[in-house]
Amino acid sequence: MTNDSDDIRPSPEAMLKLAQAEEAQADRGKLKIFLGYAAGVGKTFSMLSAARQRKREGRDVVAAYVESHGRTETDALLEGLEAMPKLRLIYQGVQLFELDLDAVLARHPQIALVDELAHTNAPGSRHEKRWQDVQELLTAGIDVYTTVNVQHFESLNDVVEKITGVVVRETVPDLLLDLATEIQLVDIPPDELLERLSEGKIYIPEQATRAMEKFFQPGNLIALRELSLRRAASRVDDQMRSYMEARAIPGPRTVAERLLVCISGSPFGEKLMRTTRRLADEMKAPWHAVYIETPDTGRFSRENRERIWRDLRLAESMGAKVASVTANTVAEAVADYAGRHNITKIVVGKPTRPRWRELLRPPIVDQIIRQSGEIDVYVVSMNPDERRTATRQRRPIRTIPWAGFAAAVALVAGTTMLCSLVQSFFSPTNMVMFYLLAVVVAAIRFGLRPAVLTSMLGVLAFDFFFVPPFFTLVVADTEYLLTFGVFLIVGLVITSQVARGCERAEALRLREVQTASLYYLSRDLAGAADLVSVTGAVFRNIRESLHAEIVIFLAEGEQLKIISANEELDLDLKERAVADWAFRNHREAGRGTATLGSAGLLYLPLMTATTIHGVLGVRLEEETDYNSQQHRLLLDAFASQTAMALERVRFSLQAEQAQILAARETLERALLNSISHDLRTPLASITGALSSLRDQENLDEAARAELLATACEEAARLNRFVGNLLDMTRLEAGAVRLKYTPCDVEELIGCALSVLDPRLGKREIAIHLAPDMPLVMLDMGCMIQVLVNLLDNSLKYSPPDQPIGINARTDRGWLVIEVADHGPGVAEADLERIFDKFHRVPAPEGARGTGLGLSICKGFVQAHGGKISASITPDSGLTVMIRLPLAPPPQPEVTTHG
Amino acid sequence: MGETKPGEHPPRILVVDDEAAIRRLLATVLGSSGFVVHQAENGSLGLAAAAAVRPDLILLDLGLPDLDGVEVIRRLREWSPVPIIVLSVREREEDKVAALDAGADDYLSKPFGVPELLARIRGSLRRVVGQAPEPIFRSGGLEVDLARRLVLVAGQEVQLTPTEYEILRLLVTHAGKVLTHRQLLSRIWGASHLEQPHVLRVNISNLRRKIEHDPSRPSLLRTESGVGYRLRAD
Repeated sequence: MTNDSDDIRPSPEAMLKLAQAEEAQADRGKLKIFLGYAAGVGKTFSMLSAARQRKREGRDVVAAYVESHGRTETDALLEGLEAMPKLRLIYQGVQLFELDLDAVLARHPQIALVDELAHTNAPGSRHEKRWQDVQELLTAGIDVYTTVNVQHFESLNDVVEKITGVVVRETVPDLLLDLATEIQLVDIPPDELLERLSEGKIYIPEQATRAMEKFFQPGNLIALRELSLRRAASRVDDQMRSYMEARAIPGPRTVAERLLVCISGSPFGEKLMRTTRRLADEMKAPWHAVYIETPDTGRFSRENRERIWRDLRLAESMGAKVASVTANTVAEAVADYAGRHNITKIVVGKPTRPRWRELLRPPIVDQIIRQSGEIDVYVVSMNPDERRTATRQRRPIRTIPWAGFAAAVALVAGTTMLCSLVQSFFSPTNMVMFYLLAVVVAAIRFGLRPAVLTSMLGVLAFDFFFVPPFFTLVVADTEYLLTFGVFLIVGLVITSQVARGCERAEALRLREVQTASLYYLSRDLAGAADLVSVTGAVFRNIRESLHAEIVIFLAEGEQLKIISANEELDLDLKERAVADWAFRNHREAGRGTATLGSAGLLYLPLMTATTIHGVLGVRLEEETDYNSQQHRLLLDAFASQTAMALERVRFSLQAEQAQILAARETLERALLNSISHDLRTPLASITGALSSLRDQENLDEAARAELLATACEEAARLNRFVGNLLDMTRLEAGAVRLKYTPCDVEELIGCALSVLDPRLGKREIAIHLAPDMPLVMLDMGCMIQVLVNLLDNSLKYSPPDQPIGINARTDRGWLVIEVADHGPGVAEADLERIFDKFHRVPAPEGARGTGLGLSICKGFVQAHGGKISASITPDSGLTVMIRLPLAPPPQPEVTTHG
Repeated sequence: MGETKPGEHPPRILVVDDEAAIRRLLATVLGSSGFVVHQAENGSLGLAAAAAVRPDLILLDLGLPDLDGVEVIRRLREWSPVPIIVLSVREREEDKVAALDAGADDYLSKPFGVPELLARIRGSLRRVVGQAPEPIFRSGGLEVDLARRLVLVAGQEVQLTPTEYEILRLLVTHAGKVLTHRQLLSRIWGASHLEQPHVLRVNISNLRRKIEHDPSRPSLLRTESGVGYRLRAD
């Protein structure tokens, strides 16, 4: 039984997940998606009906953007709902209407209705896509009702294309579907839909008529309907599962699957991503997308690298965990990554390379399968027809290395001349070696193509000049054909190897530059202890490594403040608004991003796991840099390093403040303890003595005398303590005004001793005064008090039969007074601390201090511009040394007593 | 008050203090020591009582609610040479000096011991009675013959400079009473030297070397820190 009940307790992970989800939901608005499978199924209608219901329930509902397309039923539903005016934009002479995001944010309704989630905004809008607007509304805490058709979801995009043959360009990340708290499926049978279409009840934009015709085929509609039903069902399934997990309802458990897909920059990457996402969805599994950088990566063309970057972003938008790994071989890295992240399934693309090339190098798929051990490997087919994005890419025009070709021609000519000079010494076959040498030189100095040219020209020249019959391309001896063939092959192999090596070196160099700049930044940041040095380090490093102009904004409460910026940057209100957006939404914005792309700078949030600290604005040297993966990765790394440094600075500031607070609290507690203890103890003795003198009649003379003596002594002690407290208070309040008068040091000592006279008894005081001591300007009252406190300590802490020494002398402009006792002294480590307030050293019985005396001494001495220090008296005991300037500090006014 | 002879009637003491507890203490202590005690709780009542009662001595607290203590002394001194002993807390040294310079005879810091208070009262009363100083002053081992300008310490004659002798003579004629720096400076060097306390320090220091057994711990010529000097009277 106990076992059973243990089993059905929700697992901690499940509880945590639920708590996190609820927490994340708390501030954000809730998203409700009305999901349909085609235009005309009645999404807007359903949304409006639901909205009206909410309104009747008293919620504040606003139609932020609803398109009725002139349908009367829809218009009727809109009646009575507050409609926000639309934003009017003119783009290339055409008037466009968009959702007025700022107006809705300012209006801040409880629920906003936003039609057509997949809509692409007109250029010049804040966001590229409407779903980004919706996200911002959610972030602002506004609930959003929205409509979308199933084919717009990123991961279904290619399936839909395959089913219908229509390319859907307006896509919505699947993430949004996950974000939605509720999904309402709007469904009517395809027959009915077709009927409505024929009755003209469905609005179809003119420009899309032909595409729609393709769409509205019964077969397509059935397939799409199934897609939408499945999507909704899987969503319900998800909720069911998390409900059961949270409440520990036993049910069929799925094995925790984890998927991994590799990004290689191949044109099929996009398809691979979508497939993996679908697989992951079906398995309810998290998925990882990893890009593996190997030495070979250097060979990748620029477009290939851009694709890698885009695929990583796509994977991220589809909910994958994205990583970039550096390794020697792809297969090894995949196996390693899979092992470390508990991956259960790896998704790879089917190789498309010609079979003969596989003979030279086994395809990566085979290598992965061999290394993956227990992990399943899914191989996804890659139909070359699907190179959609790939074929659309324009090949960048390369500059043709004319100079290289000229050099190749010159090289061959030179070699030919050399060969003709040595012709009589060598056989023709050996001449080939000179030509090969020329090929190697060309490959190293001029690159691939000039080297290829050199090989070809080499063969021709060799044939023409040195193979009989001379000066013709005719070959008499067929054996030379073999020489030509081998020469060509060797030349080409050398060429390709050398060129590859160069490219690899270039890639390594780039990588090296990146690593170095990151290293320099982190080194500089590690040494930066405050805000100024952190921002300084970031400034310097980003400037040096990216030649970028930057601006750093830091959060001050809810506001962003510019901490430092390059002077050349023109940061107008608009730029600041973009920075502000990045700050509030915790996402990058501005140039090169999908949000507010018209801005002059790219803005990256400076975020750590817990907090956003500010925004980094960057203006790169060249336009293309904004889309370069290399730059963005580096900038991301810079931003996260900066954020961590800022967090560190903030934490250390907080810790410092906490420490100061704690110290102050300790002091206050000590003060209270001291006051209550040191005031009450003598009062208790006095009260006790006096009350017994009053009420106890049978006291003998000796007892009465003892009681009286106690009361007097305690009263004196109380008086001393109050005096100390007053001195301390004056010191603390800065109310000590020194009254400088010329003082005779001997007189000073005499006064202190006379104050203590009643308590000195027979104690030996050994006074050593240097002869001819000058008069010293000081505040006599304060310095007497200092000496009294020091002597008082010596009296308390040293045995009565030990002498107390007082030495006074002058030492180069300083008056030095020492008070030395032969008591137990103070531990070496405590010598500094005895002057701290309320620091008490263990005292012999009855010789309790208040812990104020020495700190008052320190205060008075310092007020005189002097120093006080403690040391160990030779053969045990404590010596306190005071050094006072003979000439008083210039500032205090010198007054004399009349 | 000069005409009142000791023994004819017990001396009258006027206590001016706003603290009832202090008045009660002083009334009890002084009453049991054979004085007649009158009380006033503020400055104006004190001035009125002084005129009405004609006390032989006034104990005046400086911190009064209505009038400044120094002001009370100044008004009293307009018509009466009655000895005034000022009571004050340690922290108000300027007030003490001001009170002494205004004409107060002595001061005591609160909290004080009753024996000390009684000694000061008796000393002040005695100085009033014995207007003419004794020709020969004796205290501790010190013997000063004012008529012959002779200073003996433990029976041995000591040579003093004229200034040192002047200081000593002034202190001897006010033995037991505190003399402020200002009083000493103005009487010995004249008003022009009021702002030169170091000459006084140096001379006092030299004088102590000549008359004190241990100049580091003077027993005769006591420093009243921040106020002035007092010569011990036996």
